[in-house]
Amino acid sequence: MNSQRYLLKNASLPDGTVSDVLIADGVIASISSAISDPDATLIDVKGSVVLPGLVDLHTHLRQPGREDAETVLSGSRSGAKGGFTALSAMANTSPVADNAGVVEQVFRLGQEAGLLDVFPIGAVTQGLAGVALSEIGAMADSIARVRVFSDDGNCVFDPMVMRRALEYIKKFDGVIAQHAQEPRLTVGSQMNEGEVSAVLGLKGWPAIAEEAIIARDVLLVDHVKSRLHICHVTTAGGVEIIRWAKARGINVTAEVTPHHLLLTDELARSYDPIFKVNPPLRSEKDVMALREALADGTIDIVATDHAPHTMESKECEWQEASFGMLGLETALSIVQKTMVDTKLMNWAQVAERLSTAPARIGGYSQQGRNLAIGSSANLAIINPNSSWIVDRDLVASKSRNTPFHGYELPGVVTHTFFNGVATLMDGALVQVSEGR
Amino acid sequence: MGKEIYMSVALSAPDITRALIRISHEILEANPSTHQITLLGIPTRGAHLARRIAISMSEIAGHEIPVGTLDITMHRDDLRLRPPRPIMPTSIPHGGVDGREIVLIDDVLFSGRTIRAALDALGEIGRPHTVQLAALVDRGHRELPIRADFVGKNLPTSITQSVKVHLSEIDGLDEVLIEGN
Amino acid sequence: MRHLLSISDLSKSQAVSILDTATELARVSDGAVKKLPTLRGRTIVNLFAEDSTRTRISFEAAAKRLSADVINFSAKGSSLSKGESLKDTALTLQAMGADAVVIRHSASGAPARLANSSWMNGSVINAGDGTHEHPSQALLDAFTIRKHLGKGAPDLVGIRVAIVGDVLHSRVARSNVLLLTLLGAHVTLVAPPTLLPVGVESWPVTISYDLDSVIGLVDVVMMLRVQQERMSDLFFPNAREYSRYFGLNSDRLKLMSPHSIVMHPGPMNRGLEIAAEVADSARSVIVEQVANGVSVRMAILYILLTGQPLEAGSK
Repeated sequence: MNSQRYLLKNASLPDGTVSDVLIADGVIASISSAISDPDATLIDVKGSVVLPGLVDLHTHLRQPGREDAETVLSGSRSGAKGGFTALSAMANTSPVADNAGVVEQVFRLGQEAGLLDVFPIGAVTQGLAGVALSEIGAMADSIARVRVFSDDGNCVFDPMVMRRALEYIKKFDGVIAQHAQEPRLTVGSQMNEGEVSAVLGLKGWPAIAEEAIIARDVLLVDHVKSRLHICHVTTAGGVEIIRWAKARGINVTAEVTPHHLLLTDELARSYDPIFKVNPPLRSEKDVMALREALADGTIDIVATDHAPHTMESKECEWQEASFGMLGLETALSIVQKTMVDTKLMNWAQVAERLSTAPARIGGYSQQGRNLAIGSSANLAIINPNSSWIVDRDLVASKSRNTPFHGYELPGVVTHTFFNGVATLMDGALVQVSEGR
Repeated sequence: MGKEIYMSVALSAPDITRALIRISHEILEANPSTHQITLLGIPTRGAHLARRIAISMSEIAGHEIPVGTLDITMHRDDLRLRPPRPIMPTSIPHGGVDGREIVLIDDVLFSGRTIRAALDALGEIGRPHTVQLAALVDRGHRELPIRADFVGKNLPTSITQSVKVHLSEIDGLDEVLIEGN
Repeated sequence: MRHLLSISDLSKSQAVSILDTATELARVSDGAVKKLPTLRGRTIVNLFAEDSTRTRISFEAAAKRLSADVINFSAKGSSLSKGESLKDTALTLQAMGADAVVIRHSASGAPARLANSSWMNGSVINAGDGTHEHPSQALLDAFTIRKHLGKGAPDLVGIRVAIVGDVLHSRVARSNVLLLTLLGAHVTLVAPPTLLPVGVESWPVTISYDLDSVIGLVDVVMMLRVQQERMSDLFFPNAREYSRYFGLNSDRLKLMSPHSIVMHPGPMNRGLEIAAEVADSARSVIVEQVANGVSVRMAILYILLTGQPLEAGSK
């Protein structure tokens, strides 16, 4: 494997310069104009942007427990197709990843798949119940070396539990990724609370249920001097609170999903639960505030919250349907559409938001590195001038629940390299491991 | 390219008036028990014709001839072939239909399906002694074994032509036109 | 018009046309002839996943008076209650050759899911979905109002209606707001603040928390049912407070203007939102609403099921 050599010709680097890039022995061997290497596979990437491999800080790989929806292998394939070289597997599996045994299992599955780095996330509380701390130390010291802890799916709602957790993870250099949702205000909630929910007769999920938890937790993390990360911010109010917190030097980071950069609650009018997600799609005003915040860095990263679900979980009435959307294969295109093509961000910032910053927050030292000689060759190549039409029947994921089926999106991810090995070549997955 | 639509006047206003008076006499002649007669016009234009005939019959007979309307929309056999039609009023004069000599009045007798539907509708209201039919115009091309007892004018037409009846109550003037070739 | 999922599916002229058709059909129902052959050979399925006697019987009577074949599929004891999915139920109905499905369901949007899926081909008629809409109820309410207060006009321009009670959870309220305003009536919603949805400020209605100040100014008082469960969910402290402020009792009846009428979609909580003597008073048209329901539903079935081309292969 390591003897693979690739010569990327006429690549546009994130800073805009055009150069050749030579990949050899798992690292970036050379960056300069007019490289010549007859032993290397030549790939002409004129007009394409070479980014550090994308790093997702929020992925649901469903294994163990829901292998009918996704496995670590199929999720890895989906990630490679989307230009990802690292995924963070959320802990809400079955059994829950609240002990060393489960996180080590997920870690090993990722290594067996061999398509990208799978970093397991550990649960904050046992069974995600929000009552007792999980074995944070054991998970941190396991071979999975967990640093990110999250009860995502659930909110760590009890302020006392959140305080203790924030304090405890300091010993392990950890960060708590909070799913901000005050449960008492969102019992039975189905979609954003607003004009659309009033007309549709679907129970609302008010913005304040997110904002109130963000406000509480930024004050808490400041008080105990720990590290906090807010998952999937969806509200303009939440953005303002994070901006305020950062201005005061509070150690908080935040993420936004691609779908919250583009879609609004108007889509619920069809009652098609392909648009049902937690936290819900919100208003146009929120979408614009999130884009602004991502551009100015108030929101540090894009994370997909890739949430595969089987067909029967979505082919039913809204109330019965599961919450969640696929995200890995469309993420970069959505970011190009909403942020680059609108001139809110350039590709260098895209590299920062989708690779460097998430790697930094997660402590993934081999990922998110700026393209430099000697660094691990984790790269994604996107052709921004091409477009493609999303077809849910052609996704690499085991599930089909993408809200973008039929959409024409800009930007085609053509190649992905993981430690110098091509996992995606000319838009097609390079299958090496035994499929399942 | 403009297509000329050929139109001719088959009946003028005086023709219509004469025809209705003649029909009024014929109905009274055919039904000696004139107190048993009830006229039912089929909306829209049949209803107006029925009212006119009732007035002239009442003058000739010397007593009131009851007149009403019978909407047949819900009994049509072609409901699924066209957009839904509005339902017109059905109003049966007191005295009802049981045992009476009912005369259905319509403007144009064509395929006969409208009259078939009228017989169905009437059958659900009661049991007349007889049912007769007066049509202002019979244009032929029957698709069912239906015939008119009293006809204002027989108008042989080709199947591609259309017959248009205009009445002053609705259209501002009385005339019967044949359109097309 | 293929489906009736929401009042917003109707234009003003379509709504008026349904009311006019119902007016003629009501005459039929009053007369000697109670049955018409119009929908002979058509199969209408009542899919009532949520219990309801009144609405189901009303639709059944309407279908039978038009000579349609009716199949009843109700919640208790059916495969639906045993966990069969909406999709599988729809596929079964399609295999049975249902021309139309009248569906009542506890999930808002379930009729829309049926109509927009590829699971079945027939017309879908919403008989009440969750807290979303109940279009045939609004149509029979508008029919009743027009009959009493319409003065021969085709619409309801100038008529003032107060809708009182649990608007937040009421599909009847939502459909009525849409239809009454479509027909030109002026609508005031009267409710405790907890029972009005966030976003109601954008509706074309007036809002009031004070029934006494509104009741003398309207032509129609439409009372909504309040469910006992609302008390445990903290929407109001107890039944006594609710009745005191929002109940239509005989004192409030006296405040009503002379020609005004009292309506209720049923079933009533006598003593909670409406006093027994008010429900039975001369002003109340509640019983008539039920009778009007059959004519209106006949009109809906007639308009939805005629005027469509026969599909290849169907009888």
